[in-house]
Amino acid sequence: MAVYLDHASTSPIRPEVLLRYTADLALVGNPSSVHAFGQRARMVVEDARESLADTLGCHRSEIIFTSGGTEADNLAIKGLFWARINADARRRVIVSAASEHHAVLDALEWLERHGPDEQRAELHLLELDADGRFDLAELERFLVKRGDEVALISLMWANNETGLVWPIAEVSKLAAKFGVPVHSDAVAAFGHVPVDFAESGLGLMSVSGHKVGAPVGIGALVVRRDINLVPVNHGGGHERKLRSGTLNAVGASAFAMAAAASNASLLERAHRDAALKQKLIEAVRALVPNVQVTAEAAETLPSTVHLSFPGCPGDSILVLLDMAGVAVSNGAACQAGVIGASHVMLAMGRSEQAASECIRVSFGYDTTESDIDAFLAALPAAYEGARKAGVAA
Amino acid sequence: MKVLAAMSGGVDSAVAAARAVEAGHEVVGVHLALSRNAGTLRTGSRGCCTIEDSMDAQRACNVLGIPYYVWDFSDRFKEQVVEDFVAEYQAGRTPNPCMRCNERIKFAALLEKALAMGFDAVCTGHYATLLTDEVGNLELHRSNELAKDQSYVLGVLNAEQLAHSMFPLGAEASKSDVRAEADRRGLAVANKPDSYDICFIPEGDTQDWLTEKVGGKAPGQIIDVDGNVLGKHEGSYGFTVGQRKGLRIGKPAVDGNPRYVLSISPKTNTVVVGPQAALAVSELAGSRYTWCGVAPSNVSEFFDVGVQVRAHGEEVPGQAAVIDGELVIRVNEPIIGVAPGQTAVLYVGTRVLGQTTIDRTVSAVAGDLEALAENVASQA
Repeated sequence: MAVYLDHASTSPIRPEVLLRYTADLALVGNPSSVHAFGQRARMVVEDARESLADTLGCHRSEIIFTSGGTEADNLAIKGLFWARINADARRRVIVSAASEHHAVLDALEWLERHGPDEQRAELHLLELDADGRFDLAELERFLVKRGDEVALISLMWANNETGLVWPIAEVSKLAAKFGVPVHSDAVAAFGHVPVDFAESGLGLMSVSGHKVGAPVGIGALVVRRDINLVPVNHGGGHERKLRSGTLNAVGASAFAMAAAASNASLLERAHRDAALKQKLIEAVRALVPNVQVTAEAAETLPSTVHLSFPGCPGDSILVLLDMAGVAVSNGAACQAGVIGASHVMLAMGRSEQAASECIRVSFGYDTTESDIDAFLAALPAAYEGARKAGVAA
Repeated sequence: MKVLAAMSGGVDSAVAAARAVEAGHEVVGVHLALSRNAGTLRTGSRGCCTIEDSMDAQRACNVLGIPYYVWDFSDRFKEQVVEDFVAEYQAGRTPNPCMRCNERIKFAALLEKALAMGFDAVCTGHYATLLTDEVGNLELHRSNELAKDQSYVLGVLNAEQLAHSMFPLGAEASKSDVRAEADRRGLAVANKPDSYDICFIPEGDTQDWLTEKVGGKAPGQIIDVDGNVLGKHEGSYGFTVGQRKGLRIGKPAVDGNPRYVLSISPKTNTVVVGPQAALAVSELAGSRYTWCGVAPSNVSEFFDVGVQVRAHGEEVPGQAAVIDGELVIRVNEPIIGVAPGQTAVLYVGTRVLGQTTIDRTVSAVAGDLEALAENVASQA
């Protein structure tokens, strides 16, 4: 029986959401149509928007439905950057970090390299320590010095690979003093630690449905009402003219339902996951004494365990675990399928080799202790094989 | 057995993997990423290690219902195949990168990693046959389909490597059978063109590619076998023994016959040209030799062998012996088109006996061309 411990990549659709979603797929009508069919479809979208706003701690009008996290990140970063330089041409600096998800990182790099010189972004990437943390005091010093040139700050709520949680509310509070809006990619955090948009003080926040038990293809960007964005997708003017494209009514509905279910069980799961995580780490240490637990001293998601096995190529461990029926991950593979060094671990100062020796084990709503036991049962042989493969290389 | 099927994304490796599955083995498909810049799409018969090849390999594994992974060997490939290729050309030799890849990547790096991870064998789509002799030793033989036989490029395998290899296409397959079989099995690569070019030279122009890699021009002299200077070249690394085109010598030969590159001397940066007859070689030798499977018992005395010096070349009769640490091969009739750097593979019947990278050749008619080049260079 195969064991799935890669919920940070995508979580299985929740059974109750699957039932609702498949039934809803028969819904007729475009939410933007004037007739009765359209109005019924619009009601599905707006019910979902209200429910999701409740779950996320924001106002219903602040939710822009997107196709997922990547689109939300792109709209947030490009849309806000363009709006900011349009309002004040000096504000070309974007503050972020090299451990961000590629949806953020590549959007930033694109802004750095495209357009006329005076409209290109200047990136200021915060220095990270060995656990992946940045220094708030350093951020403050930078804002004191160059705050009037900063367009936006984009820092993720929790890291999708290591599970490290950043102090987003503190960043928002600090940035507010300098009048700088903050975007946070909360795709990895949402559903695993409490996420409340209003409380966070954020200007923008990205979330995705399929990480919390909704189908792939639906996500949202939450945009505070006082923040202006330049649209990235042009067309029929949907979603406050910020995200054109026929609204995915049934997707939005499934997302809202999954998000609510996820939120309702959050504390209970966090408690359970913390116990599973502790058990897993202790047992792995007993099996492989030289294992390194990433960011162990820092605050991390209870649902994510990031491990390094010195001398063991991470791709070999992954393949051997997979062949034994246990699915884990080690960062993103390229389009051709090559698993390279983790850019997150590189950003934390690891060598190319060390950044290739890690795996991520991540839990979801349906993870049980027997999944952890299966992982622990498969690990010794996988570790041994990978260690030999590391020597052979 | 636990079998690792090396999947190039082509039809041969896909059918080989299918046969391994059908034979009841536990098969896992692995595509080797050999290029760091794999972002290209395939055009015609050219290219390798492209996204498309990786996708094709994955689709084949999906159809066969086996796991699929991509393993990155790009650093080792660059170091041990590409850089070796450039260095060999710079040394005036003509290397065969596919043999190096088999020797150092597919049946070394990949095989070692596979064995370390608990696999028993590596399966490829090469057309060759593994047989067991009467006392149980493994022998590598030509494919029954001689037109597609690839035993030559496997000549570098030793007994240990043979013991962990599997070539399901050797026994009875013909290329059209393999394509038909792929089609029957629902493998979309059934009609994918064969690749012929060197995978890491995307444009297919070795000389241009080498010029770019080696960088800069290194002008030198082109001389004939009598030591007369006929012209200049812009770098001896761009030439191959036996080459006729692109010499750019203005005046024709006295006898009106075309001239060929006979020898390249990187030491003096001199290229020697002459008539086709002067390409004839009667003896070749190399110190980097290996035996494919069990070594012959008495190698200090010359014994009868068949000799093949190119992947799609003919086998010719000759004798071989190991003399002073060198595998010396004498051919009964002089052969043309042999250059240092190439591999000579020895056969006994259909069995591959061993191979050597050719370090030196003895011309049947022109004598010692290296000495001639040095002589001319010292006079200049």
